[in-house]
Amino acid sequence: ENTKIRVKPDHSGVVTDGVKHSMNPFCEIAVEEAVKLKEKKLIKEVVAVSCGPTQVTETIRTALAMGCDRGIHVEVSGKDYEAMGPLQISKIFAALAKKEEASLIILGKQAIDDDCNQTGQMTAALLDWPQGTFASEVTIDGEKVKVVREIDGGLETIKISMPAVLTADLRLNTPRYATLPNIMKAKKKKIANMKPADLGVDMVSRVEVLRVDEPPTRLAGVKVETVDDLVAKLRANGTI
Amino acid sequence: MCFSTESHLCAVQLSLAFGTMAYPLRSEVVRLYKNLLYLGQEYPKGAGYFRDRLKSAFLKNKDVKDPEMIKQMIARGEFVIKELEALYYLRKYRTMKKRYYEPEE
Repeated sequence: ENTKIRVKPDHSGVVTDGVKHSMNPFCEIAVEEAVKLKEKKLIKEVVAVSCGPTQVTETIRTALAMGCDRGIHVEVSGKDYEAMGPLQISKIFAALAKKEEASLIILGKQAIDDDCNQTGQMTAALLDWPQGTFASEVTIDGEKVKVVREIDGGLETIKISMPAVLTADLRLNTPRYATLPNIMKAKKKKIANMKPADLGVDMVSRVEVLRVDEPPTRLAGVKVETVDDLVAKLRANGTI
Repeated sequence: MCFSTESHLCAVQLSLAFGTMAYPLRSEVVRLYKNLLYLGQEYPKGAGYFRDRLKSAFLKNKDVKDPEMIKQMIARGEFVIKELEALYYLRKYRTMKKRYYEPEE
């Protein structure tokens, strides 16, 4: 919230060098939910996964400090990283889910840098798994998951079979803070390293960013005292 | 902020603030200081602002010897930790709510 975001001079994207990165807020909620399920002994193990350059290991360490058992860093850097989006990530997640024999994939509903809201849905589609998206409440009931979803106009409750993909919405839970003692304890936990090619995933993007611009500067509004003033002003600038 | 640099600064500040003399509950006090210092990195008014006030708060009480008093102060410090965690959570929650959700009627 304190960093000013700037567009690159060549308009190819936003400046990310030197900008402090942290875990996507919706993903913090996802990690918290997974750790909670493990604390309730409803799941055996929580694996934290992140795709990106070396710096993402810091984010994985935060997840480990929150209570995940181990981490997987899928290394993506350079041009592949710049072009990486939900499609590539969901291919990676699908491959990992099969390899790790996962029963649940929990992620944030969307990333706050691209706001795509696609990764969870695409991952479920690639795996042909059911999905409980925009989850504000998750209950495991045997081999099924009850999910209360936030939708336009209210809440929807569904019951889906595992294995499944869940995406976390804001009200699902309150993520715990990764305190220093937990960060130190988490240093003992393992983070495996691999590349998309190791999972048989190609990172070719089907999307090309043509141009990135800052939003137009908003012109200052003008306040009027009466309806007559408003009408006069609208006439004066040719609106009516 | 690179953690190894922070550890080094932490070690320097700790030796200044706590000296090498043993006193009751020394390790608990040092642990509390380190935890607060780590949490202060995200303080809205800046890590430096937080660190200065943290240091003077601890230095102010450096001559306290009574274990009961020290325990009370440690408890107060742990309360501050909880308050900071709540502050950070609320700040993030409110930002997300404002950015992504319709204002409630």
